[in-house]
Amino acid sequence: MNLLSNLISGLSLGSVYAIIALGYTMVYGISKMLNFAHGDVIMIGGYISFVMTVYLGMNGWVGLLIAIVTCTCLGVLIERLAYRPLRGTGSLAVLITAIGVSYFLQNVALLIWGANPKMFTSLFDGVKALRLAGGKLVVSPESLFTIAANIIVMIVLTLFVNKTKAGKAMRAVSEDNGAAQLMGINVNQSISLTFAIGSGLAAVAGVLMCSAYPVLTPTTGSMPGIKAFTAAVFGGIGSIPGAMIGGLILGIIEIFARAYVSTELADAIVFACLIIVLLVKPTGLLGKKVSEKV
Amino acid sequence: MKTKFTKFMAAALAAVMAFALAACGGGGSGEGGDAVLKIGSTGPLTGPAAIYGNAVKNGGQLAVDEINAANADGIQLSWQAEDDEHDPEKAVNAYNTLMDSGMQILVGPTTSAPAVAVAEKADADRVFTLTPSASQAAVTEGHDNVYQLCFNDPNQGTAAAQYILANMKDKKVGVIYQQNDYSQGIYEKFKAEYEGAGNKIVATEAFAKDDEKDFTAQLNSMKNAGADLVFVPIYYTPAANILTQADKMGYNPTFFGVDGMDGILTAENFDAKLAEGVMLLTPFVASAEDEATQKFVKAYVDAYGEEPNQFAADAYDCVYAIYNAFKETGLDASASTEEICDAMIKVFNGGFTSSGITGEEMKWNENGEVDKTPKACVIENGVYVQK
Repeated sequence: MNLLSNLISGLSLGSVYAIIALGYTMVYGISKMLNFAHGDVIMIGGYISFVMTVYLGMNGWVGLLIAIVTCTCLGVLIERLAYRPLRGTGSLAVLITAIGVSYFLQNVALLIWGANPKMFTSLFDGVKALRLAGGKLVVSPESLFTIAANIIVMIVLTLFVNKTKAGKAMRAVSEDNGAAQLMGINVNQSISLTFAIGSGLAAVAGVLMCSAYPVLTPTTGSMPGIKAFTAAVFGGIGSIPGAMIGGLILGIIEIFARAYVSTELADAIVFACLIIVLLVKPTGLLGKKVSEKV
Repeated sequence: MKTKFTKFMAAALAAVMAFALAACGGGGSGEGGDAVLKIGSTGPLTGPAAIYGNAVKNGGQLAVDEINAANADGIQLSWQAEDDEHDPEKAVNAYNTLMDSGMQILVGPTTSAPAVAVAEKADADRVFTLTPSASQAAVTEGHDNVYQLCFNDPNQGTAAAQYILANMKDKKVGVIYQQNDYSQGIYEKFKAEYEGAGNKIVATEAFAKDDEKDFTAQLNSMKNAGADLVFVPIYYTPAANILTQADKMGYNPTFFGVDGMDGILTAENFDAKLAEGVMLLTPFVASAEDEATQKFVKAYVDAYGEEPNQFAADAYDCVYAIYNAFKETGLDASASTEEICDAMIKVFNGGFTSSGITGEEMKWNENGEVDKTPKACVIENGVYVQK
């Protein structure tokens, strides 16, 4: 029973990582850049939703929608202002800019909302937890919904990328930027669209994460951001199913390491697993091996 | 040219004379009974930590006024508080200002980083120092003349264990601590005291970061070990996550925190129901119903128009402890700073006790650490209630 309960915790945490990791992996896949500000977009999503529901008294789901819209705009704006001007200048410049954007967002949040933590009201406030096996196994509605949302998002995204025209364009840009442009694909538009989707997902992840773990501070997004980035690398960065599998495995390893090995060593174990996977399969679990053509 | 030189000389001479006069004043100007014992204090009176410094300033002033008004032993005190902006360098400047105006005893600094810097100076100058609220262990370390009225950080662990042993002996105790020096230090002292008394901590778990999210593994471990009291020597940000998740799991032991837990009710939109029954070790609760606290709170509200916090109470107790100890030295207020320092150290190390609103029968060891009966309070209906 304990095992099952830990497994559910792991799946729930892993689903949060997976949704965040999708943002990393999509952006990396199409523009070959690591968007380290992604974790902080999650935090902004959390705060926007908090403001809508607690200050303005809106319904949690309306708050979620507004957070998605805001974060989508924010993501597109960040790409337009901070990353696009640097495209073609080498990956290091963009990487440093992304770290800069990350600190910028954290400090803006600090200025607006202050350092004192805010307690997020769960989307499922008042919904009773599921009690199975005579109350021994407690499954919170947050866990169930997070896991379900993860699966839905995964399926919709895979369909979108594989079946729609815009998705096809994104894949083309991801495979060969220059050739795609020659074929008449609007590369800028495709990249903007990727950022929009990734940031919208960040808002969903932010609200789900804060529903399960309600303490909201300006640095709320940074550690999950790093863990999700790890998950994306774990699963093979650039691969959508890889991000999901990586996220779930990472969440489960983390919870199991805490439950059965040691709470002191949990993070060390998570990252040790990452190193081992990368040693054995450098492209990650589902990563494609890209051979350089001469 | 010549006139300029004379002007300069005159100014310099005037400055030297003024300085000499000030120095005379430092030795105690009056003779016999009408001398005033000069107590100085530093703390942040401006800036983000100003709430602490002003509380110390006001609390100390209140005690000095009471003692002077009662005039029971012919000892009169003076109180001067200088601003240090919670900055070690400015604290040393503030300390120098106090020394220039003849300070004989220092009640301060209010916060730890300035206290570590000033303790160095006060040791060299042989000024007896009792800090109300600087709680790092480093404040008193290596200084025979520096004492703390508050528990130092790690000793909160000892105090918590003593309180639990004295009042909740039958509870099965688990611990969740954070891997930083504050929390780990408290945990180690707690463990030594609690297990030293022949008890066993049933489960110990840890976590690494302030923004750690998931505590279900730690809480499951507590639950499975059957812990009905969980000691959480951590800050209130992760504690809020722990309380929420424990509630979701349907696990409700007594959570027992230390000063880092103070503030949990200030987190915005926090559901106070989650903290219902949480206990924490805090030296002072304004709502406590004992007579001494009520008298202090009323006097403080009358004088300053706001409810006193822990820092005000600490400073108030400091002044009374200094006053009681000074009576035992048998010295006169005209004694030199160094004489007072030596005599006060003897008294503080010689079994001296002082009772106040932050603790009964406070006594000190040679390291300058306080030993007092810890007070605990419990959160009931969203407010602290003294136990």
